[in-house]
Amino acid sequence: MMDLLNILMTESFWAASLRIATPLIFGVLGALICERAGVLNLGIEGIFVVGAMCGWMAVWLGAGLWGGVLVAALAGAFFGLLHAILTVPLGLSQHVSGLGITLFATSVSYYTYRTTLPDVSSPPRIEPFRALDISILSDLPFFGPVVFQQTALTWLALLMVVLVWYVMDRTALGVAIKAVGDNPDSVDAQGLSVYGLRMGAIVAGSALMALGGAFLTMSAFDAFFFGMVNGRGWVCIALVIFASWRPGKALLGALLFGAFDALQVRLQTEMGALVPGQVFLMAPYILSIIALVIAARSADYPRALLTPWFKGQR
Amino acid sequence: MIRIEPRENPSRAFAVGIPILSAVISLAFAAIPLLAAGANPITAYGEMIKGVFGSVFAVSEMLTRATPLIFTGLAAALAFRAKLWNIGAEGQLYLGAMAAVAIGSGVLDISGFLLLPLIIVVGAAAGAAGMMAPTYLKVRFGADEVVTTLLLNFIILIFLQMMLEGPLQDPMGLGWPQSAPVLDQGMLPPLMDRMRVHSGLILALVLAAIAQFMLARSVWGFKLRAVGENAAAARHAGINVRRSLFGVAAISGALAGLAGVSEVAGLKGYLTADLSPGFGYTGIIVAMLAGLSAAGVVIAALFIASVFVGADSMSRAMGVSSFLADLVVSMSLLCVLVGGFLTKYRILRT
Repeated sequence: MMDLLNILMTESFWAASLRIATPLIFGVLGALICERAGVLNLGIEGIFVVGAMCGWMAVWLGAGLWGGVLVAALAGAFFGLLHAILTVPLGLSQHVSGLGITLFATSVSYYTYRTTLPDVSSPPRIEPFRALDISILSDLPFFGPVVFQQTALTWLALLMVVLVWYVMDRTALGVAIKAVGDNPDSVDAQGLSVYGLRMGAIVAGSALMALGGAFLTMSAFDAFFFGMVNGRGWVCIALVIFASWRPGKALLGALLFGAFDALQVRLQTEMGALVPGQVFLMAPYILSIIALVIAARSADYPRALLTPWFKGQR
Repeated sequence: MIRIEPRENPSRAFAVGIPILSAVISLAFAAIPLLAAGANPITAYGEMIKGVFGSVFAVSEMLTRATPLIFTGLAAALAFRAKLWNIGAEGQLYLGAMAAVAIGSGVLDISGFLLLPLIIVVGAAAGAAGMMAPTYLKVRFGADEVVTTLLLNFIILIFLQMMLEGPLQDPMGLGWPQSAPVLDQGMLPPLMDRMRVHSGLILALVLAAIAQFMLARSVWGFKLRAVGENAAAARHAGINVRRSLFGVAAISGALAGLAGVSEVAGLKGYLTADLSPGFGYTGIIVAMLAGLSAAGVVIAALFIASVFVGADSMSRAMGVSSFLADLVVSMSLLCVLVGGFLTKYRILRT
């Protein structure tokens, strides 16, 4: 018990939590935007892979770190557009299309990586984002090291939370996106384009998801590995339900998950002798399922989620 | 402007033609990544065909690859019919495989021909058990089974590593994370001398035939479709929707579990954490290409196995990454999805 308290008191623990939460923040926000517009995007897992691979490769080819971020976002937007075409004007099964996008995006990434780098034994490294050291603030006790030693991408993620909240809750565009996910007929009656809003939301959401992947190769690590996304996308799909499709709660959910993941790593080193390490590795996934179950019943689903809409048909 | 209108009589020819066309188109698209890798597509296609049909050995390899895909394809097709989105076949496959080595590698020293049937039954039961929790969470709490089955795949894979470094580890295995071998009497016999194709294929084909019959002819198949198409109407018609869902969940999980049994007891002989290169996920593509028909699953599994085996062989000959196969297979899924749309709707210019 004392050990647990000791862990929770350390700066490094909270810094790690925020670091682990960062890709999830991007992912949950991306999924939130898609689902608010009425479309489930199970392409997320593959879009993470695409973002991780493209961002890393752009930097490796000399594009610079922010160039890499841009390339990752564009690649994510491209696969998002594919999902948007399949699910919005064509109205195909969002489940199957999303899984198809995940498989397609993953294999495109892996094939491109292998074709560009056929015989490397150890993956080449890039110079990743460094911690933003804001000298005065970083010297603050406790809070300083936790918040002010993160990389620019973590800051971008936090900024995105505010931005998504602002757009969704405070602008006409946000109202329209939410309306198109609840009652597309009413949006159509107002003369707005249901297709345009939904497809735009999916493309924007997918670009955000790809940034989550880019964080992995450009900030958390400095290279691309096969299987490095490891279910993070699926975790985001569970977290967005837990968050009731609200950006603030999405941040909270991602942070809770990050804290739990950071905790399991530390408990694993402390209690490794007593319990097999794998028990701790399982914990985050089990936690996601529990979060999903708790939230599922009370969840305020966007009412038109999973329902295709065709112009001229009621 | 373009308008989309449902077709009044979706044509039969579309139902058969679309998957075939999708397969051809996705193979044709493969020319782009082949060119990007600096390979001559014509030579590459030639190498692929040689790799699948060039010898008895090649065909045997293709059939060996198709065997687990028939199981996982059936697992997905049956569940999807009832709109139960079981994406957890990968995990259920490993549950079946773990059960197979747990009882098959000498813990139960049953001699004679009892061990193999027992392995099959217990492996299927383990797979079915893996589907119970997500189905319960769906029915009781409304938790989306897509997410729960997906996350369970990761949990089961970690559990597998724990078992392979613990209770299931081969004491003679020099510390490698692998299980002890299945006893000889527990193995599915090979179908041909010096070839890898084994009687798991026969089991898969028999189950596909049974599934085809049940789906097309039985009351159960009818109920399944009713539940999938409109659960509320099915309930109104007196169908116990809950029981139907649990039933199809169990069968779907069992089929995925059998894929694991067949790989362990038919092919590898022991269990490692890399037994399946994503057979569970590929099964979803098999089922979709098959239009969720059981007979179609067999054909789609043969096609996808051919792509994988052909691409492997082409990759060895020409040095192109074998991820090409995953690329072709995932493109075929996207093509068949679009094709499915064209079967149901027509696009009019207005």
